[in-house]
Amino acid sequence: MADMQKTRHREPLLHIAKRDDMAPWKAWLIRLTAILIAFLLIGLVSMALTGEGLGEIYSTMLRGVFGRLFQGKTSLLWTYLQRTAVLLCLGLAVTPAFKMKFWNCGAEGQALMGGLAAMMCMIHLGHLPYPLLLIVIVGASILVGAVWGIIPAIFKAYYNTNETLFTLMMNYIAIQIVSYYVYLVGQGSGVIQPVATGNLPTIGNSKQLLNILIVVALMIVMFIYLKYSKQGYEITVVGESQNTARYIGINVKKVILRTMLISGAVCGIAGMLLVSGIDHSVNADTIGGQGFTAIMVSWLGQFNPYIIAAMSALIVFLESGAGKVADTFFLNGSFAGVASGIVILFLVGCEFFIRYSVRIRRARKEETV
Amino acid sequence: MKKLIAILLAVVMIFSLAACSGGTGKDELKVGFIFLHDENSTYDKNFIDAAIKACDNMGVKMVQKTQIPESNAAYEAAIELIESEDCDIIFADSFGHESFLMKAAKEHPEVEFCHATGTQAHTSGLKNFHNAFASIYQGRYLAGVVAGMKLNEMIAAGKFTAEEAKMGYVGAFTFAEVISGYTSFYLGAKSVCPSVTMDVKFTGSWYDETLEKQAAQALIDGGCKLISQHADSMGSPTACENAGVPNVSYNGSTAAACPDTFLISSRINWVPYFEYIIGQVQKDEAIATDWTGTLENGAVALTELGKNVAEGTQAKLDEVKAKLLDGSLQVFDTANFTVKGEKLTSYKADVDTDDAFTPDTEVIEGGIFYESKHRSGPYFDVRIDGITLLDEKY
Repeated sequence: MADMQKTRHREPLLHIAKRDDMAPWKAWLIRLTAILIAFLLIGLVSMALTGEGLGEIYSTMLRGVFGRLFQGKTSLLWTYLQRTAVLLCLGLAVTPAFKMKFWNCGAEGQALMGGLAAMMCMIHLGHLPYPLLLIVIVGASILVGAVWGIIPAIFKAYYNTNETLFTLMMNYIAIQIVSYYVYLVGQGSGVIQPVATGNLPTIGNSKQLLNILIVVALMIVMFIYLKYSKQGYEITVVGESQNTARYIGINVKKVILRTMLISGAVCGIAGMLLVSGIDHSVNADTIGGQGFTAIMVSWLGQFNPYIIAAMSALIVFLESGAGKVADTFFLNGSFAGVASGIVILFLVGCEFFIRYSVRIRRARKEETV
Repeated sequence: MKKLIAILLAVVMIFSLAACSGGTGKDELKVGFIFLHDENSTYDKNFIDAAIKACDNMGVKMVQKTQIPESNAAYEAAIELIESEDCDIIFADSFGHESFLMKAAKEHPEVEFCHATGTQAHTSGLKNFHNAFASIYQGRYLAGVVAGMKLNEMIAAGKFTAEEAKMGYVGAFTFAEVISGYTSFYLGAKSVCPSVTMDVKFTGSWYDETLEKQAAQALIDGGCKLISQHADSMGSPTACENAGVPNVSYNGSTAAACPDTFLISSRINWVPYFEYIIGQVQKDEAIATDWTGTLENGAVALTELGKNVAEGTQAKLDEVKAKLLDGSLQVFDTANFTVKGEKLTSYKADVDTDDAFTPDTEVIEGGIFYESKHRSGPYFDVRIDGITLLDEKY
């Protein structure tokens, strides 16, 4: 120790260098370790707050997510999968925009407007024949979501406005429009009672399966689109460098508009799933901040739809599990947020060790040799 | 990738073994509670405290789900409480939970479902679904009396004239529960301070601290001398404390955070209802479809008075309370208010809720508007003279 202090002025203790040679399996091992450490830390924090044992904490978390799965009670698992699907859908929606380095912070509003469109069709066009009504609902949600997405894109493409602020502001407009609609339909009660017309069909006994399957299909399509299509390639190039894109003859404006159209449309689908498939009602809180969580999920998933799915599953697991711990041991509801925060911090933090190598300065003996 | 899956599976297995160790035996009664927010909301805290107390008194287990929005999540929470917690009674505390709770009630006839502030139990045809509310308008009226006394004191002290005596009210939605609440508060104040008027602002949310604070501030800036609210955060009381304007609170005392401006708070004490439903299930007897708490059964409660109330407030309060208890005073006596300058002689309210909110029941008998008589949830939604609604966007 004394030796180290003497030599401090000569060379920094830590040497940090960028690296891009880490084997993928090694990188994933680091990420997995980070998640495990984060879970351990959540357990320890919970222990400190509740005075319960670690086993009790983890089993409560699992009970909150899966319930009595092993006794054949599957409804909680279905709920879990459906929540994951909704978050994944929003994560998928923002991904093409982010890959293009277009900071779409408006998934919340785009999905809400899609949901509102679905709700309006369900209420005002409920007399249409069911198959036709379904087509109208799906079409309207996609269209309205896409419109809400393309407005900031037009301003970005033609006037170079700041898309982060623009999309954020569009969220507030969407929330106000929905609040006003709820006022009109709910006559001041603040609630639109669930509507029986225009609900998405169920597959067999499961109310959730169709919603989940739609999102799984979207995930596969999005993966293929981003990885193998010409348009997906254009998104990547525009994201890396707009000048390069222009040089090789890509119409950057067109790519921005097209990509936000897709992003908004997929948000619209998410809103449609929530309103027509799950809640059968709408309010300003229908998306519930998931449009913002989706941004994080997309980044954590490194814009790869399959990893985004895994990250959605992780975040929903944490929210349900930590929420259960909070409810069971009478902690504050914000505990779920604390738990998610810990995991995200570790996940983001571990990327540092994947992208950079850190070497502690060798001991003095070796240096002097 | 295979290795990774193997490791993940191993971890899941370890966790699951731990999960199985929990006991699943069912010997005592269990009550599951679904709350819209958590104890940071005065509205939910009032329910949570009562739930803990009632379950403790009755020796039953309590399970809670907090932060449950008014969406299908309420249905999911109810199913979880039944399937993985074996709850015998499910209770939910927010208006928008109702339809989703009814969906769960349909699927689980063996479980009793109770819902506060709802309106659909008496028309739902479900034997296991019940509504509850309290005649909180009586409590609001009494709190209004305290407000009126304070206004009189300030007028007497020469702070403003009797004509300038205007109160402000922060409401959530233009909804019967809120209208019934602010009207009874206003009538209470008017009974002691006849010249009083009131402005009402709506936030469009049951809980939004920033909006409520802004609304209260806007009312104060607009010349309101005293503020009350029907919104659940600390927003309005805090704005009042900062501005030094007296505040009549709701759901519980805010004296600790706002010692100088807190006058009184009315609240619904849910302990009697919770003890009632638990008792009925223990005795294997039916729960009433609509239960209305009153001053008599202790469900309508007032907190202690703040340190800055007008002199003689307690004596006046006791006097008015006695009159409410023996029935000689009725809050919504049509002799005490006018609508567009005229006395109200007949009113049809939307008691049997439908999608179009069609008025269906005559609620005025012998010159008195009987609130909470035909169902527990409030239906007084008359806009009376003396109260100005500044915005009705919600």
